[in-house]
Amino acid sequence: MWKMKGLKDKEYVGFAALPNQLHRKSVKKGFDFTLMVAGESGLGKSTLINSLFLTNLYEDRQVPDASARTTQTLTIERRGVEIEEGGIKVKLTLVDTPGFGDSVDCSDCWLPVVRFIEEQFEQYLRDESGLNRKNIQDSRVHCCLYFISPFGRGLRPLDVAFLRAVHEKVNVIPVIGKADALMPRETQVLKQKIRDQLKEEEINIYQFPECDSDEDEEFKRQNEEMKGSIPFAVVGSCEVVRDGGTRPVRGRRYSWGTVEVENPHHCDFLNLRRMLVQTHLQDLKEVTHDLLYEGYRARCLQSLARPGARDRASRSKLSRQSATEIPLPMLPLADTEKLIREKDEELRRMQEMLEKMQAQMQQSQAQGEQSDSL
Amino acid sequence: MSKGLPEARTDAAMSELVPEPRPKPAVPMKPVSINSNLLGYIGIDTIIEQMRKKTMKTGFDFNIMVVGQSGLGKSTLVNTLFKSQVSRKASSWNREEKIPKTVEIKAIGHVIEEGGVKMKLTVIDTPGFGDQINNENCWEPIEKYINEQYEKFLKEEVNIARKKRIPDTRVHCCLYFISPTGHSLRPLDLEFMKHLSKVVNIIPVIAKADTMTLEEKSEFKQRVRKELEVNGIEFYPQKEFDEDLEDKTENDKIRQESMPFAVVGSDKEYQVNGKRVLGRKTPWGIIEVENLNHCEFALLRDFVIRTHLQDLKEVTHNIHYETYRAKRLNDNGGLPPGEGLLGTVLPPAPATPCPTAE
Repeated sequence: MWKMKGLKDKEYVGFAALPNQLHRKSVKKGFDFTLMVAGESGLGKSTLINSLFLTNLYEDRQVPDASARTTQTLTIERRGVEIEEGGIKVKLTLVDTPGFGDSVDCSDCWLPVVRFIEEQFEQYLRDESGLNRKNIQDSRVHCCLYFISPFGRGLRPLDVAFLRAVHEKVNVIPVIGKADALMPRETQVLKQKIRDQLKEEEINIYQFPECDSDEDEEFKRQNEEMKGSIPFAVVGSCEVVRDGGTRPVRGRRYSWGTVEVENPHHCDFLNLRRMLVQTHLQDLKEVTHDLLYEGYRARCLQSLARPGARDRASRSKLSRQSATEIPLPMLPLADTEKLIREKDEELRRMQEMLEKMQAQMQQSQAQGEQSDSL
Repeated sequence: MSKGLPEARTDAAMSELVPEPRPKPAVPMKPVSINSNLLGYIGIDTIIEQMRKKTMKTGFDFNIMVVGQSGLGKSTLVNTLFKSQVSRKASSWNREEKIPKTVEIKAIGHVIEEGGVKMKLTVIDTPGFGDQINNENCWEPIEKYINEQYEKFLKEEVNIARKKRIPDTRVHCCLYFISPTGHSLRPLDLEFMKHLSKVVNIIPVIAKADTMTLEEKSEFKQRVRKELEVNGIEFYPQKEFDEDLEDKTENDKIRQESMPFAVVGSDKEYQVNGKRVLGRKTPWGIIEVENLNHCEFALLRDFVIRTHLQDLKEVTHNIHYETYRAKRLNDNGGLPPGEGLLGTVLPPAPATPCPTAE
C-alpha cells in the first residue's frame, strides 16, 4: 500500500501512485478480451473453454452428424460472456470455427478465418481514423488457441496451412487437445516434433516475453517451465469426480484411473490457464495492438498511398502466407451504397493527408539540406 | 437351407448387366438324414480330423488391410492382434517420416505358426489415406488394389492349366479406423465405407479408445451405428449373408451391441498384479489391452481370429469375388477375361470405376 506523503515533502512528487490510478480506471472500465479457438472437431475445444473459464458456454450446442457436415462450409461463431472475479469484470468474446477441417476437401478452408481476423482489424482502423473515437469497441482477436490432434504424428498439412495463414495476424498458441490419449513419453516426443515442425515451417507462435530481471526466482522458474511446455498438452473437464476417500477433483474417470485436469503431472491445463488468464492476458492484448494491428495498418496505408504498386518487402513476407492476401481494407459485403460512399470519402481524405505529410517531409528535408549547405 | 432370392443391389458402380440376384454360397441341398447310431458307427465324423490334418499341412492365407488416418495406431493394433511384429510401424517416433502425397499400398507378408498351424499373413497398409488437405477420392487407389487382386485370382482361375492351389492375395478383411472424436463419423469415413463396403468386408474399429470414458464410448458407438445404418453401409458381418438362425442371433448381438469395437493397441508390457500384461502406462493408471473392462481389443481379436476368420475368407470368395467375376464376365460378353470374340484380346479390367480427378 502506498502511503501518500504530504504535499509539503519536497523529495516526493507522488507520480509513483500512477499505476494505482490506472488500475482503478481499468477496473472500472473492465477488460475486453477476444479469444479464438480453432482446430478439427472432436479435439475437446469446447470442453477446454468451459473448463478454463468455468462456464457452460456451449450448453445449447448441436453437433451435426457426418452427412450434414459434408456440405457444411466453415462458419465463424461468436459467443460473449461476462466473467467477474474479485471485482474485476472481463468481457470475454469467444470466436469459434465449427466446420474447420471436417470436409473431405479442406482446401482453403482457413480463408474465412483469415478474412474474419482482418475484418476486425479493418473495423478498428476505421474506428480509429473516424471522428468519434470515444467508444471504440475492440473486437480484434487477441489470441488464437489452435488445437492439434494427439493422434497424429505432429502437425498435419492442414495445421501447417492454417498456421501459416494466420501467424502474422494473431497471437497463436498451439495446444494439444485430449492429451490423456498420450503416455508421458509420447507427449514429450510429440511436443518436440511439433516444435521442430514450427521452426522448420517458420511459423511464429506467440512468444512469451522474457522475465524482468527484478522478478523473484519462483516467478522466473515458473515462466521458464511454462515456455518449455509449449505446445500445452491439455485435458478439459467440467465434471467433478468424487473418488470415495480422496478429495473431489475436476477430471475424467476411466476404468483404470482418473485424469485430474488440474494436476500438473497429468496435463498442462494449469500452465495454460496461468499463462492465458493470470499472467499474459494484458501482454496478448498489447502484442495484438502494437505489433499485429500496426503491421496490418502499415500495410493498408502503404498500399493506399501507392495504389496499384505492391510493397516488395511486405510481399515477400506475405508470400509465405495464403496467396489470396488482400492488401486493401475489405468492405463487409452487407454495406449499403451510402456507407461505401462514406468510406470512399474517408479514403480520399486519408490519401490527401498522407500526401500532404509526405510533401511536408520532403519540404523540411529540402530545407534541412539547404540550411546545411549554407 | 435355401432362402428366397436375395434382393437386388442397385449400385451405380456396377454395370447394368449384372445378373440381379447375388449368387449364394454353393451349399448342397440338405440330404435326407439317416441316423447312423441306429445302424452302427460309420466313421464319417472323422472327416473333421482329416480336414484339420490337411489344413495344418497346407497352411492357409489371410490378408488383412488397415485403413485410417496416420497416427491412429493401425500398425500397433495389427502387431498386437497377431502378437508379432507383422506390421512395420510407419514411424517409430524418432525417424523422419514424410506423409505420402497420394495413398500408397504396402503389402507385407509373414508366416506365423501356432499349434502346428501355419498362416501366411499379409498385412496391407495404406499410408497417406485421409492425411492431405484435399482427400477427394483418396479411396480410389484402395479400391483399385482390391479389384486387382480379384482380377489376379480370376486370371488364374480361367487358366487351362491352373495351379492346384491358387495363391490368394484377395483382401479378406479391411479394418477401418475411426478417429475417437466422440461426436460422430467424419465425412471421409462415410465416403470410404460407402464405396468400399460393397467390394470388401469392412470391420470398423474405434481407434485409441483410451481417450473416451465408458459413457462417451457407448454414446459414440450408438451414434456411429445409427449413422452407418442411415447411410446404408453394411459392415461385416453383413445381415444379408447370415446363413441360419444361429448365425443371425450371434451376429445380431455383435452388430447391435459390440461393433464398432473400441480398441487400444500396445506392444509394451507392464507389471500389473504380478502379471505381465500388454498395456499403456499413464500417470493416472495402466490401461490393459486385454482387459475387457478397459477396452474391446479381446473382443476384436476373438471375432476376427478365433471365430470368424474362415467366414471372412468365405464371404470374400463366395460373395465379393463372385460379384466381381460376374461383372467381368458380363462385360466381356460371357467369356473369360483376356479372350474376346474371334480370339481377340480385350482390354484389361477397369480397375477403378470412375476416372481419378486430377
